[in-house]
Amino acid sequence: MIGRLSHGNALSIARLAEGSALTRQAISKHLRVLEGAGIVDRARAGRETLYRLEPTRLAEMRAYLDGISRHWDAAFARLKALVEE
Amino acid sequence: MADRIEKRIVLKAPVSRVWRALTDYREFGTWFHVALDGPFVRGQEVRGRITWPGAEHLTMTATVQRIEPERVFSFTWHPYAIDPAMDYSSEPTTLVEFTLEPVPEGTLLMVVESGFAALPPHRRDEAFRMNDHGWSIQTQNIAEYVAPPA
Repeated sequence: MIGRLSHGNALSIARLAEGSALTRQAISKHLRVLEGAGIVDRARAGRETLYRLEPTRLAEMRAYLDGISRHWDAAFARLKALVEE
Repeated sequence: MADRIEKRIVLKAPVSRVWRALTDYREFGTWFHVALDGPFVRGQEVRGRITWPGAEHLTMTATVQRIEPERVFSFTWHPYAIDPAMDYSSEPTTLVEFTLEPVPEGTLLMVVESGFAALPPHRRDEAFRMNDHGWSIQTQNIAEYVAPPA
């Protein structure tokens, strides 16, 4: 879904559901989570609600996950030293 | 997008040894750098003081979800909850799940941490601060631990 939004277009749930294996409800639920995380923003356009990616937030999220990922690498290096000694 | 982090590592040690390092709370503490106050019990909370230099004022709290001997160990926690003045208890947690599998070389260990997208945005800023202060120091520790000064 992030992939579809990453082209910079604002899309409705109906558009996001096109050709997707996910149900509208599942997409809507996923969007709420992303909205809560600040990664997705929504706006009204007539009768439709359109969703748009927040690129800055997405970059922050990636950087955050990279940081945590490095933390796990470090912890696993210590675990390896412990169990292989 | 990734809402999760997955890591896998092959350890040259039997599954039973790796299982002990993960689930014995004292052994867990040596590599995770936390002094836990008691053993891991399913459904129960365990707390401990972080033991890496510069972060000793921090407490870790985890709730054990699954303990399936030599296969799966998981807990939920507030990842990198680094502000001692802040009450994190009402915030969503992430799930940390370790899976072990015997392989010819020893043990394949996987960890999946999931649920990051549900965390409030401000938590990510805190993690950046932690990156600056805590993690660089920690990386240095590892270098010393893995290759002790001659």
